[in-house]
Amino acid sequence: MKQKFVDELHWIDDDEMLDMVAIAQSSPGPIAVNGAVIIGYKLEGIPGVFSAVLGAVLPPFVILTVISMFYSAFRNLFVVQSLLTGMKAGVSAVILSVVYDMAAGVIKGKDRVNIAVMILAFAATYFGKVNVVFVILITIAFGAIRTILREKRGTKA
Amino acid sequence: MIFLQLFFAFLQIGAFSFGGGYAAMPLIQAQVVQKFGWLSAADFSALVTIAEMTPGPIAINAATFVGNQVAGIAGAVVATVGVILPSCLFVSVLAWLYMKYRKLSLLQGILHSLRPAVVAMIFTAGLGILVSALFRDGVISFAAGNFQIRSAVLVAAAFAALRIWKLNPILVMVACGVAETAAQLLTR
Repeated sequence: MKQKFVDELHWIDDDEMLDMVAIAQSSPGPIAVNGAVIIGYKLEGIPGVFSAVLGAVLPPFVILTVISMFYSAFRNLFVVQSLLTGMKAGVSAVILSVVYDMAAGVIKGKDRVNIAVMILAFAATYFGKVNVVFVILITIAFGAIRTILREKRGTKA
Repeated sequence: MIFLQLFFAFLQIGAFSFGGGYAAMPLIQAQVVQKFGWLSAADFSALVTIAEMTPGPIAINAATFVGNQVAGIAGAVVATVGVILPSCLFVSVLAWLYMKYRKLSLLQGILHSLRPAVVAMIFTAGLGILVSALFRDGVISFAAGNFQIRSAVLVAAAFAALRIWKLNPILVMVACGVAETAAQLLTR
């Protein structure tokens, strides 16, 4: 994204790009869509948001619509079944590998509270079958309190 | 009313998937598999596989796929609009606040605290996919015919390929699919 918007098209400068990436990453939802909203809004206001989001959403929408039709028609074919069975094993490994990297990042942060949050959230969702939205809301509240307390301490020191 | 259900299910997915990418996966699973039963655990694994193989955010891929499966192209449009609406609103408000105050520290603090929980939830969803890959009926039981030894070997080999040789994930997944197909053809 940065290459396209900053280096090629000169729509925004480097510093702005950093803050926009921060906003896009901090907001819920797909980061590509969040980025499209910000850039669209900055360039053309609300109409810009519509056209940028449409541009970001249309390709996956078309691709998945086509795949969905094929999936319904062909999922019982032997080759499709066996490919999907094998790829399911592959995708499990990919996700485990991603989780491994992410969890290693959290553990390397050496923040005991964060590590505890990770273990508790896993226990809650895996063993306790707690609703994921509930876990997210609790963690947001907890994170907000923690950040405010830390900033208060920062200003006193 | 199926369209309203689709819309609100994906609105929730869009509103709570903080952190991009895989963060949406546990939410999609909660709504689409557990709450509404639109997809079976096996179909959900297929969806994640397809989403992994195609460009575009997993949340949009899922919305389009599930919408199409449940209620045709109109369902796909409703679900996709639902999943991007929170993004549009949240980002607009946030960008406006940012222009006004130039301060993102509270939000970034919250996001920082959220990350470990998101990692944990992705792990939980990933374990669900692993179980559906290793056990025929998605039930953990080592009874003969239920535990898929070949899948277990594939998972281990794929994990090694990713960690040790740092192979491209899409390549690894395709190789697993081809290996499984070849094995099934040979043992038929």
